[in-house]
Amino acid sequence: MNNVLVQKTPGRHNVLEDFADAIQRCVRCGACQAYCPAWSAGRREGDVARGKVAVAAAMLAGELGRGAELESAARQDISLCLMCGSCTCGCPNDVPTAEIVGAIRREVAAEAGLSAVGVGVAALLGSKTLMRGVAAAGAALAPLMMEKVPESSGLRLRFPLDRLPAVGERILPAPAGKSLFARLPERIEGQPGRPKVAFFAGCAITWLFPQIGEKMVEVLVRLGCTVYLPKGQGCCGMPALSSGDGPLVSRLASANVRAFAPLNVDYIITACASCGSGIGEYYHTMGGDSAILAKKVVDFTVFLEEEGVCERLAALPRAVKRQKVCWHDPCHLKNRGILAPPRHLLAALPGVDFVEMEGASRCCGLGGTFSVHHSEESLLIGEKKVEGVQECGAELVATACPGCVMQLETSLCRAGLPARAVHLLELFGEAELAALAND
Amino acid sequence: MSSLERRLAAVVGRNRVTTTKTDRLIYGFDAGRGRFLPEAVVYAESAEEVAAVMRLAGELKVPVVPRGAGSGLTGGALAVHGGIVLSLTRMNRILEIDTENLLAVVQPGVVTAELQAQVEKRGLFYPPDPASKEFSTIGGNVAECAGGPRCVKYGVTRDYVLGLEVVTPAGEIIHTGGRTLKNVVGFDLTRLFVGCEGTLGIATEITLRLLPKPEAKKTMLLFFSSIDGAAESVSAIISARIIPATLEFMDRATLACIRGRTEIDLPEECGAALIVEVDGCREWLDGEAARVMAVVAGRDVIGSVVAETEEESERIWQMRRAVSPAVREQAPDCFNEDIVVPRSKIPQMIRRLETLSVESGLPIVNFGHAGDGNIHVYILTDLREAGMEARVDALIEQVFAAAVELRGSISGEHGVGLAKARYLDMELSPDTIAYMRTLKRALDPDNILNPGKIFLRGRDDE
Ligand SMILES: Cc1cc2nc3c(=O)[nH]c(=O)nc-3n(C[C@H](O)[C@H](O)[C@H](O)COP(=O)(O)OP(=O)(O)OC[C@H]3O[C@@H](n4cnc5c(N)ncnc54)[C@H](O)[C@@H]3O)c2cc1C
Ligand code: SF4
Ligand code: SF4
Repeated sequence: MNNVLVQKTPGRHNVLEDFADAIQRCVRCGACQAYCPAWSAGRREGDVARGKVAVAAAMLAGELGRGAELESAARQDISLCLMCGSCTCGCPNDVPTAEIVGAIRREVAAEAGLSAVGVGVAALLGSKTLMRGVAAAGAALAPLMMEKVPESSGLRLRFPLDRLPAVGERILPAPAGKSLFARLPERIEGQPGRPKVAFFAGCAITWLFPQIGEKMVEVLVRLGCTVYLPKGQGCCGMPALSSGDGPLVSRLASANVRAFAPLNVDYIITACASCGSGIGEYYHTMGGDSAILAKKVVDFTVFLEEEGVCERLAALPRAVKRQKVCWHDPCHLKNRGILAPPRHLLAALPGVDFVEMEGASRCCGLGGTFSVHHSEESLLIGEKKVEGVQECGAELVATACPGCVMQLETSLCRAGLPARAVHLLELFGEAELAALAND
Repeated sequence: MSSLERRLAAVVGRNRVTTTKTDRLIYGFDAGRGRFLPEAVVYAESAEEVAAVMRLAGELKVPVVPRGAGSGLTGGALAVHGGIVLSLTRMNRILEIDTENLLAVVQPGVVTAELQAQVEKRGLFYPPDPASKEFSTIGGNVAECAGGPRCVKYGVTRDYVLGLEVVTPAGEIIHTGGRTLKNVVGFDLTRLFVGCEGTLGIATEITLRLLPKPEAKKTMLLFFSSIDGAAESVSAIISARIIPATLEFMDRATLACIRGRTEIDLPEECGAALIVEVDGCREWLDGEAARVMAVVAGRDVIGSVVAETEEESERIWQMRRAVSPAVREQAPDCFNEDIVVPRSKIPQMIRRLETLSVESGLPIVNFGHAGDGNIHVYILTDLREAGMEARVDALIEQVFAAAVELRGSISGEHGVGLAKARYLDMELSPDTIAYMRTLKRALDPDNILNPGKIFLRGRDDE
């Protein structure tokens, strides 16, 4: 593997023209309707991938305006996308709609400003009026937004303060007192001969769920790995990507390349499916040094399975009191084909009775910034998810993306179900951790 | 706002009408090859709204094109003469599942697979299973009389429609059939509307017959050294009075396309394959599967896989599902025709197709529903080549001629729509066509409802 990152250039973003062939591949069969969460909420052609790809084709053919000239109806269709990639999984021709949507959003944002995309809010990044708005909103997130979270963090896009009424209907964790970086050192030495890994935490784990990050690092340490937690890391860029803010994505990618490249680790581990997609998949499409970084990215479920964690957990005596747990596939794991490892882990956990729920791979409806700007649709998509949980009778819904945890909690609560959503790592207790130690 | 948009908004409300360039463009397609932009798109939410839109269209003499999922392959949902595309996707409620009388009442926008999932939870079964079932709508299935692999045993959509609520071209709401299996009062209008391709009325509520869900099924994959062996086996299975739930075949060219794309090893010398699935009560299935194997033995069978588990069965179906995308990848342009011939004529038809492929110099891949004689003929080509369009057209015409000659049909499932209108007279006599047109004219004198479909334009009345 090529570890040498000299120039630290982030690479470039694809533009709509780069997708001309991919757009041609769409045969308009309509199969994406079966997979697209945006379609299930609205059932208009513009909601589903086929309609969005048709918009893209019309833009390329000169039938619709480009950039700032794009008709507002088309912008609306492009904004109504969770960029979840579910459509691509079901598409017989592998049309990458989420990437095409991203390219159009960047094009529109670059010419007409971020707000023209209808999903992102440029004004949020460090504006004075925003700061005043914070006090007025008085929401749980306010202190967090004011003081700690960097201006470039995706959390600011996910929970923009001028949209707090919409955010107010949601379950948000109280911001943690101390961020992950304040809790842990930058390097923890492991056993000789064991992998050297870096943990890419991402905004949600850093600021909202540091306990998940701590658990992750603990698991890696118990496995004997040398663990790096470079403080220079930032947001992966997914929310900015979803907002069409190409320059911000580039800035974030540069920062992450700078933070991770010198470490020369074997793997970069993520415990947030979206971050994994961002620094893994999206950086790959940018080429340059970002792509080199991307090659090292591994989701923790895959890493743990390869390290033989399932076998070790399965060797533990089954707990007397077990909880019925089902699994929600985060879109950003599903699209990378990561379906089996988390299930194997769940099935092996001694305190868990794993049950499969119907619609496990259906999107939860969060979709990065989608939930903020299309709150109604987002909640509707969430409602569909809950049916499966109810039917299988699970007490817990485990998943591997903090965003999904929040959205699932919101949906479960709104439906009045007693079930709760958790991150898979939260199911690792002392007994499980002890089983990981290398003799 | 155009005056059409204003009038429509008065009927359905402003936010369920659109005339933007964007919406006109993206509603200009279905899953076929045509492209026509409507003037407006309307999302209906009730039969009353559909009726009101029809009455308004009649007054303004603007065409109305009903649309479900837009998965049709023959251009049925395209606004060939402009006008209004009337989307029914939002009328997607399952109104009733009656477990005592074994029936379901649904709105037209319900997705086929969704209905199947809901009835199966109650131990019931809605058999018609077009390959598009995960996204096609029941309304579209009724309008096209959709079929699928299971139709060899269970029949097509037509066999499950008990009754309809229909909005007529004049904007009246009428009811046909009912909730009983038997019903002989008046004309069988239900059957008239099933397969009418949205040209005679718009189905706004559909009452469907259900069956008890078969307890279990068993899937077998058989390899043959020749297509004749496979075809004879199909006849032999049926003659042995075994009706499998599905009976699918793939020819040599099809197998070549999917080799390496499935977990199943496809022997090199294999000239054809059959997938046979039997269903029914569990104890009885092993015997039935053994009978199938006994019947086909000695007919050029060179290998077989009998699925013992759900996963093994799924692997076989995964292979079948890999066919369409794999075939499409073989060439830039791919024409998919769905001819049907009497079951016993399959070998003859396949041989005819092989000859036509050689004569035309265009590769043809064949697979489909052997059990009911429905063959999917895929012609692989590159339209960028000069003169190709004409060569393909000529070949398609010869394929249709062969099917008709063998007393089959030019379309088993996908309907006529726009794509096959010009071939209608190959199969139907002038008097038969005239009879149909008389019906259409009587019910829709101004040709408001889905004009330009089934029949060619430019003859007597249009
Ligand atoms: C990948 C793929 C596989 C397919 N496989 C099969 C298959 O195995 N078997 C098969 O039979 N077909 C198949 N089809 C074709 C297609 O899916 C069917 O014809 C289906 O029934 C169309 O349903 P729809 O909801 O998409 O209808 P649309 O395409 O929207 O409309 C089809 C026609 O029905 C009319 N219509 C729609 N709704 C109504 C209504 N409520 N009242 C009156 N008219 C209406 C429209 O005007 C149009 O003429 C396939 C298509 C694709 C893309
Ligand atoms: S499934 Fe793929 S090819 Fe089919 S319409 Fe959707 S994007 Fe196009
Ligand atoms: S990325 Fe997700 S929301 Fe967007 S079109 Fe595809 S399936 Fe729909």
